[in-house]
Amino acid sequence: MTTREQIREAALRVLGEIAPEADLGALDPAAPLRETLDLDSMDFLNFVVGLLEEIGIDVPESEYGQLSSLGACIEYLAARSASGPGA
Amino acid sequence: MPSLGADMESGTLLEWHVKPGDVVHRGDIVARVDTEKAEIEVEIFHDGVVEELLVTPGTKVPVGTPLARLRAAEGAVVAPAARPEAPAPPPRAVTAPPPAPPPPAAAAAPLALRRLRVSPVARRIAEERGIDLAGITGTGPDGAITRADVERAAAAPVTAAAPAAPAAPAALVAPVTAPAAPAPPAPTLAPAAARAAERARAMRRTIGAAMARSKREIPHYYLSMRLDLSHALRWLEAENARRPAPQRILPAALLLRATALALREVPELNGFFRDDAFQPSEAVHLGVAVALRPAGLVAPALHDADRLSLDALMAALRDLVQRARSGVLRSSELGEATITVTSLGDTGADLVYGVIHPPQVAMVGFGRVHEEPWAENGGVGARPVVTASLAADHRASDGHRGGLFLAALARLLLHPEAL
Repeated sequence: MTTREQIREAALRVLGEIAPEADLGALDPAAPLRETLDLDSMDFLNFVVGLLEEIGIDVPESEYGQLSSLGACIEYLAARSASGPGA
Repeated sequence: MPSLGADMESGTLLEWHVKPGDVVHRGDIVARVDTEKAEIEVEIFHDGVVEELLVTPGTKVPVGTPLARLRAAEGAVVAPAARPEAPAPPPRAVTAPPPAPPPPAAAAAPLALRRLRVSPVARRIAEERGIDLAGITGTGPDGAITRADVERAAAAPVTAAAPAAPAAPAALVAPVTAPAAPAPPAPTLAPAAARAAERARAMRRTIGAAMARSKREIPHYYLSMRLDLSHALRWLEAENARRPAPQRILPAALLLRATALALREVPELNGFFRDDAFQPSEAVHLGVAVALRPAGLVAPALHDADRLSLDALMAALRDLVQRARSGVLRSSELGEATITVTSLGDTGADLVYGVIHPPQVAMVGFGRVHEEPWAENGGVGARPVVTASLAADHRASDGHRGGLFLAALARLLLHPEAL
């Protein structure tokens, strides 16, 4: 079980590696992630791979839509984390 | 110090990956160098044994300064190997400096020792534009380098290629400069932001020069075709659903794979236009245009893309994009591409009219993948579609052959399982 705060920190750490020029401290949790940070499909794949490495959750491609903003990511990953280890 | 960019005058040796006595083979990464634009992994272009490291890490030296002394592998004929098909020969000649004193045998005398014949005006232009004369094949009397040769070289690849300063003279005096080379003290590093801004300006200049050259010299023709991606994406979706994230494949990899295979069918699009003739390339090295953050563009080569499985190609692509964006590319990746592919991604425009990177003869572009009405067998339905475009050099091919290439792409993408 990973807390929302841990998920937030992990997600920001991964995004920081992908978009080092972005001011992530100022990232609006409701802002569309891909447009705001200019993530292309390779960046987004790296984001998903980074989440798997950091918190052990593998987001299937069919659920990429759940990762539309930082806030949505946290909600989705927290729910996944609560529903079972690794899953 | 290899020349890794048209405007590169010097580089800072960051670290050695080899030491005296090490056996090295063509393609081994021997050092890491910082240029104004990026960090580059320097590869060696000869087999041999490292005799002596001449430059210490932290030292900034002019392009052409020998970095190390290499004893050529026994019986190796070094010279021809030093200047093969690729458009960025200088790194080769210069990174593996003359196996100077030890075997002064005739067979070992490499290219860098060749005295260059250069017309004064050509030399002046080369100096102004920071072009490495050692990388130019002269077409004047007795192989002399003329103004036209230098101007042609100035057009060399966007990403790096067109070599820098008086590399050859420096290499010529290798034995003399060797002791002196390590002298310049480590440079004081400019603040990171200023350096990044300078890099961005340098990159913009390099791109501008190469593209202007391209538009002046290359008689482009353009073709485009809409490709039905429904089969390819359905297959990819099923495939990716079975795979953990690190093993998933992006549509871009599928498009690159199809491009590499289609090029085998139409080889007139793959190679270089040099010395007034098209020189087809056996190997398919796809230059992959990678957008940099926050701005800029490089197109490093994905080597032998036609011989990589889809999985291997995807892994190579991920690695290449990551290194391009973190600014650590290998010298062979800059300038060896035999054609360039640009993919606008899923948020870009529908269609790209490419500008060919000289001396290449074609650029393939993919627009954004999106749903469109698609008519087939008397009915219309919505399908994911991408518009593929081809910009090609009329000196090497014509529209008929170009059209066959696009048709091959369309056909290959209808059978993704075979890719």
